[in-house]
Amino acid sequence: MLKRTALYAAHQKLGAKLIDFGGWEMPVQYTSITDEHLAVRHAAGVFDISHMGEVTVSGSGAEAFLNSVLTNDIRKLVSGQGQYTLMCNRSGGVIDDLYAYRLSVNVYLLIINASRIEVDVAWLQSEAAKFKGGELNLSDASHHYAAIAVQGPRVKEFINTVIPGPSASVFQVASVTDLKKNQIAGFHFDNHNLLVARTGYTGEDGFEILAPDSDIQHLWDKLLEVGQPFGIKPAGLGARDTLRTEVCYPLYGHELDENTTPIEAGVGSFVAHEKGYFNGGSVLAQQKATGVKRKLIAFKMTEKSPPPRPQYAIWWDDFKIGQVVSGTQSPSLGIGIGMGYVPPEQAKPDTKIEIEIRGKNYAAVIVPKPIYKKS
Amino acid sequence: MSNVPSDLKYAKSHEWIRISGDTATVGITDHAQAELTDIVFVELPAVGRQVKVGEACAVVESVKTASDIYSPVSGEITAVNSAVVDNPALVNTAPDSDGWFYKIKLSNTAEVNALLSPDDYKKQIGG
Repeated sequence: MLKRTALYAAHQKLGAKLIDFGGWEMPVQYTSITDEHLAVRHAAGVFDISHMGEVTVSGSGAEAFLNSVLTNDIRKLVSGQGQYTLMCNRSGGVIDDLYAYRLSVNVYLLIINASRIEVDVAWLQSEAAKFKGGELNLSDASHHYAAIAVQGPRVKEFINTVIPGPSASVFQVASVTDLKKNQIAGFHFDNHNLLVARTGYTGEDGFEILAPDSDIQHLWDKLLEVGQPFGIKPAGLGARDTLRTEVCYPLYGHELDENTTPIEAGVGSFVAHEKGYFNGGSVLAQQKATGVKRKLIAFKMTEKSPPPRPQYAIWWDDFKIGQVVSGTQSPSLGIGIGMGYVPPEQAKPDTKIEIEIRGKNYAAVIVPKPIYKKS
Repeated sequence: MSNVPSDLKYAKSHEWIRISGDTATVGITDHAQAELTDIVFVELPAVGRQVKVGEACAVVESVKTASDIYSPVSGEITAVNSAVVDNPALVNTAPDSDGWFYKIKLSNTAEVNALLSPDDYKKQIGG
């Protein structure tokens, strides 16, 4: 039986096509992936992301514990601030990629991938059991939170009307739009508390909002109502995937898995080598110093072709050198785009490659990340 | 609701066929294009290719997925519609007219009897 979010009825009412995503029955699209994608690029889109997991970590040992299990340096965060980070095993393989927020002194919130909740929580609990650096409370709060992402260049024009300021949290801001990128604060909505972060997974400005199940339907309706004159559309996981692929954000299970390191995946800037011990740190330091056997690259098709898709072979000079891990038709660019792993010798931008699609090779070129840049 | 023209026959796998003597035109139904949405690529069979009934002989790709198109009848491909190759969105906007896929010379006209009537196809898609 697939799990359903508190917005399931709203999706049905909007005529969404629903699919199984990590055990959740989620909307893949409402009208058209292309239309929803372009609404987010040029106006606004609202996504149900209630399937994402939440873990709270608190106590006097929370900071030291998180710094031992995550790659980024959590000590850089002040209250009301978040960072992208990765959780690695001892071989440097990625267990999950996530956002870590510091809500107040010794109180942290981790936002993790839906498909990884059980694995992450089991790993964190086993690591916590060995931890001797102070008091530590770890709790899977995934059942307490529903979540919405509202993304696009026009969101800042109406979000303060939907969620009025000032904040009601340790971190003080006068309004939602006073949040800077990666900042998070609590706000009152319907006499309940919401957490609003200026983050997203689309490459556009926008916000991710955590709320109890009981409030999420009202928030969803109000965003669509107030955002309507600004061109807001409900957007599904299909558009979420094409948007993140254009800006080369990794998706767990595609760019990242337990046998892939952050260095190979090109997210080494979120690994704080100098911070002291952390899981996988020695392997990652060695890879940084001596190099990796494969690297994540982004590519564009240079001739008319079917859209590239995961698992298609990548060719270079008559050699099969790698595999596509994400691929799609780019709604913004109107051509096929993707990401894949290849040996470092062939990973430079402007390298001509070919993508094998149903037995035929089509011309492509390696490009710098992100593939899509706002003009 | 999806448009199901009354002068066409239908395959369970959502292709339509317009029969004229021993030749026919094949495309995908309005219901199929609405399910796929955002068609971005169409791959058609070579002219002269012999296909069997139910054989995968074309591919239609939306942003999200690639789908095989199965021939509703056996025969030889006599023409393909280069307009849908150049402009795949035609399949979305005119699935049962300008968005046709290929013409075929039937090798066994009796196969036509196994195809669905417009009413039967409407029942299948819940229309």
